[in-house]
Amino acid sequence: MSAFDVQRVREDFPLLRQEVRGRPLVYLDSAATAQKPQAVIDAIVRFYQHDNANVHRGVHILSERATEAYEGARETVRGFLNARDAREIIFVRGTTEAINLVAQTYGRKHVGPGDEILITQMEHHANIVPWRMLCEQTGATLRVIPVDDRGELVLDAVDALLTEKTRILAVTHVSNALGTVNPVKELTRRAHAKGIPVLVDGAQSVTHFPVDVQDLGCDFYALSGHKLFGPTGIGVLYGRLERLEPLPPYQGGGDMILSVTMEKITYNRVPHRFEAGTPNLEGAVGLAAAIRYLQALGLDAIAEHDRALMAYATQALESVPGLRMVGTAREKAGVLSFTLEDIHPHDVGTILDREGICIRTGHHCAQPVMQHFKLPATARASPALYNTREDVDALVRGLHKVREVFR
Amino acid sequence: MSSDSDDLKDLYQEVVLEHSKRPRNYRVVEGANHEAAGHNPLCGDQLSVTMKVDGDLIRDIGFQGQGCAISRASASLMTGVVKDKTRAEAEALFEKVHKLVTEGPESVDVDSLGKLAVLSGVSEFPARVKCASLAWHTMRAALEGRDEAVSTE
Repeated sequence: MSAFDVQRVREDFPLLRQEVRGRPLVYLDSAATAQKPQAVIDAIVRFYQHDNANVHRGVHILSERATEAYEGARETVRGFLNARDAREIIFVRGTTEAINLVAQTYGRKHVGPGDEILITQMEHHANIVPWRMLCEQTGATLRVIPVDDRGELVLDAVDALLTEKTRILAVTHVSNALGTVNPVKELTRRAHAKGIPVLVDGAQSVTHFPVDVQDLGCDFYALSGHKLFGPTGIGVLYGRLERLEPLPPYQGGGDMILSVTMEKITYNRVPHRFEAGTPNLEGAVGLAAAIRYLQALGLDAIAEHDRALMAYATQALESVPGLRMVGTAREKAGVLSFTLEDIHPHDVGTILDREGICIRTGHHCAQPVMQHFKLPATARASPALYNTREDVDALVRGLHKVREVFR
Repeated sequence: MSSDSDDLKDLYQEVVLEHSKRPRNYRVVEGANHEAAGHNPLCGDQLSVTMKVDGDLIRDIGFQGQGCAISRASASLMTGVVKDKTRAEAEALFEKVHKLVTEGPESVDVDSLGKLAVLSGVSEFPARVKCASLAWHTMRAALEGRDEAVSTE
């Protein structure tokens, strides 16, 4: 028996133990949001039953416990990303807020008229719109690294796009629409050679393989708890301390200040400067539980399972007549995007749903990359650590059914 | 429990599939004096409706755009039934179809709908109601002479 036993893993996820429409549930939409192990659900319940209080202020025992739980979660995330210092971990609502935070703090301080922000064609709207908004506010210009027909970044184009005007490079680690794994370490090296900081959108990566921010060398790394088998409403911005220290605050409120008079405000230190108001305590506690759960399974073992399942699923899907894989990068993780003949992805999704199979259909909040492939939408199956070859086989059977309906 | 598979058959009836593959009036109406664009931002479906309205009478209507089988079939069927109707009749059909796809076949006099009755399966699929309604919302906007693009959101 291998160390990673997917059947035993499935037992940890209560939601998966159900039938829908008279069939066993096949959940292949984890790139949208992942299901939660019992350990996460229990941690949240335990927090409210035993430790709940506000953090960083009370003198009483509950506040001490809550603060310990919250700051302990920060340390758990630090270890997970191998950051040097827990102060480099900022709790936010999710990847979207993490990127907005950088755009509005780093951006306000360092970006002006005529400057350039470099992103890629395959970004999720969350890594496009905040930069677009910053450009509108500052008069900067958005530049874009193109993708090729495999769905890989055109690396030859990168150096010319990193100019003396570039103020930041923002790039996704794994494309949510194509599954492409981008060479973010190499991109960071090239940007840093010109003194340009790098933000990596890690929403789709940390769920599938270990990430070491020191090894990548990036300045900022953003992720969402809910895609990492944790709760919604919590996410993380990692920022290198020397990048975060000089930045102005993001939102104003309690906890982000050291002292307030009506004349003068002294802002708190990093990371609290960026965490105005009572934070999402249960979210941080739940996220830490999710990370501990993944670490207990073994991040390398999970990566191996996901890799093997992606290989199996790619081959299985390509055997379906009329199926075209969208995104055929040499290195992919967690996402299988495809079209089936000229059947609209929504029709594919509806018929699969009646078979108890959950996938995503649409533009995946990544319209620019859809435009590159001249597609309004794709169907997307996104397996995770709890998916099996049987799930993939059910998907393939479902796709044959779709073809029957549309024959 | 075979009702799920029956639901699918109700949704993707032969007539629906046939209209989605070979949509009628898939064109820009020549000399059109009413037009509107419709957009379903959630799925990216887009279509445009052009009409030639003579006084109170819809002389011609066409549509173009991209979308799923349901939205194409609904648009195609719509152009067929709305042609040569008065504005008021077209409005009344809009209301009936809207009721049909949201509340189901029991909610309307299905016999009065003719071919449009094939859309009755949509009511079992709440996520697809917008697909079936997009063309109709766009037609109504064109009739009312609204310039801004119609959105299902």
